[in-house]
Amino acid sequence: MRALFARIEAALGFNQGADRIVPPTGFTASATIFASAAMAFLAVFALAFSFATARLAQTWTSALAQTATVRISAPADQAQAQLAQVLEILDQTPGVASARALSEEDQQVLLTPWLGPDVPVDLLPVPQLVEIAQTPDGFDAAGLRLRLQGEVPGAVLDDHSQWRKPMVASAQRMRWVGYVALGLITATAAVIISLAAHAALAANKQVITTLRLVGADDGYIKGAFVRRFTLRAVLGAVFGMLAGLLLVAFVPTKGTVVLTGLAFVGSGWLWPLLIPFICAGVSLLATHFAARSVLENLS
Amino acid sequence: MIELQDVDYSYDGGTLLSGLTFALPAGSFHFLTGPSGSGKSTLLKLLYAELRATRGSVQIFDQDAGQMSRDEVAKLRRRIGVVHQDCQFLDHLSLAENVALPLAVQGRPIGQDLQDLMAWVGLSERANARPPELSGGERQRAALARAVLLAPDIILADEPTGNIDWEMSQRVLTLLIELHKLGKTILVATHDMALVRAAKQKVAARVLRIKDAQVQLAGAEL
Repeated sequence: MRALFARIEAALGFNQGADRIVPPTGFTASATIFASAAMAFLAVFALAFSFATARLAQTWTSALAQTATVRISAPADQAQAQLAQVLEILDQTPGVASARALSEEDQQVLLTPWLGPDVPVDLLPVPQLVEIAQTPDGFDAAGLRLRLQGEVPGAVLDDHSQWRKPMVASAQRMRWVGYVALGLITATAAVIISLAAHAALAANKQVITTLRLVGADDGYIKGAFVRRFTLRAVLGAVFGMLAGLLLVAFVPTKGTVVLTGLAFVGSGWLWPLLIPFICAGVSLLATHFAARSVLENLS
Repeated sequence: MIELQDVDYSYDGGTLLSGLTFALPAGSFHFLTGPSGSGKSTLLKLLYAELRATRGSVQIFDQDAGQMSRDEVAKLRRRIGVVHQDCQFLDHLSLAENVALPLAVQGRPIGQDLQDLMAWVGLSERANARPPELSGGERQRAALARAVLLAPDIILADEPTGNIDWEMSQRVLTLLIELHKLGKTILVATHDMALVRAAKQKVAARVLRIKDAQVQLAGAEL
């Protein structure tokens, strides 16, 4: 693996110019590339997770905000009358685009996941449901609730807000968890690269002494190490990002579970391309500070 | 060019050099002699600011070496060619790249001078060899070539003929004398008195001798 990395580095011109003063081999080279690749791979997933949860929150917000349900629990002999009354009230309510009484088949479909396919729903005292589609402006839920309460005592308006709000809040918190994970991954990458740079500089004390002997200043020495480590970090990050993207591309996107929606959509696929650049920035800073510290200690 | 005023150097509680006061004028040629462990290498290190005096002042190019920042020391060393006793090289670079390091750190291109110098020290055919493949003598010659590549104002050589045969040591001496004729200041630490005698026949060299932690200017008795 080390030989492979060395060949790739040589092919990419890592050993040109001033960078040649940094010995090309050693465990720090592999460690930097591997750590960057692993962190970039995880970052792709953290990013995909953040985007997935953001989409989920958006879907729940927009889809559920546009719908509401009226539940009618009335004695069998009054059910049809109350249904007709509810539909009439809804027809008169501003902000209601349409209202539709669910058929027995629709209700059967809704209940099957909970009760199983063999339960005769038509024999159960299941309340009648009316599905409401709202206009973009929506309706006055409180006013409608009061009117239904007064005119159709068996009807209860459910605008989904009771369970929609916590779900949206939860999805948004999960998105932040994704961002925090990205932050932690970045910080961890910085720490690992910094440690690798520290180790490499300390292991190359003789190189630094020789360079100083021939008149190299700190900027020259630091620059060579920073460039070498940054290029290695970018190389690792590109590998990790590509591997992450490939895996995300093959994750099934159909289904109802959150994780099965772990994918990038449209221009979202471009975001992971930033990971190698971020990794380069992190590596540059981490190596810069590591080099400064080691060069001060060696003087 | 180099002036020491009442310089002490101590370490681990012991005093290696004490009360050194002398000057190396521009264009002078000096040998530094003394028994092993007397402090010759330490004195050279004080002169290229690798070590700092524990007391007194070391003036190099009218600058106090004790007050220099690391970057100022780096600039100073571009004007001083050092032949180190243990010939420090970068083992992953070729011999030619090692000799060219003073050019590389200053971002200067490698020219014909490098090839001429490599030929002069008899290392043209070893240009692509790695330092661990070289003999002690080859390393010493390469160190000398690196030290003089940029024709620095001062050349400090620590036992530059320690590992080479008499013929090659005469060539090294000739090179140092030629550089001296160009106005360079030369200080050669050695315990090879035959080399000192040979040099004194060709150049007006003076001898500094370290004895009992102090530097004495030796006379014609050599």
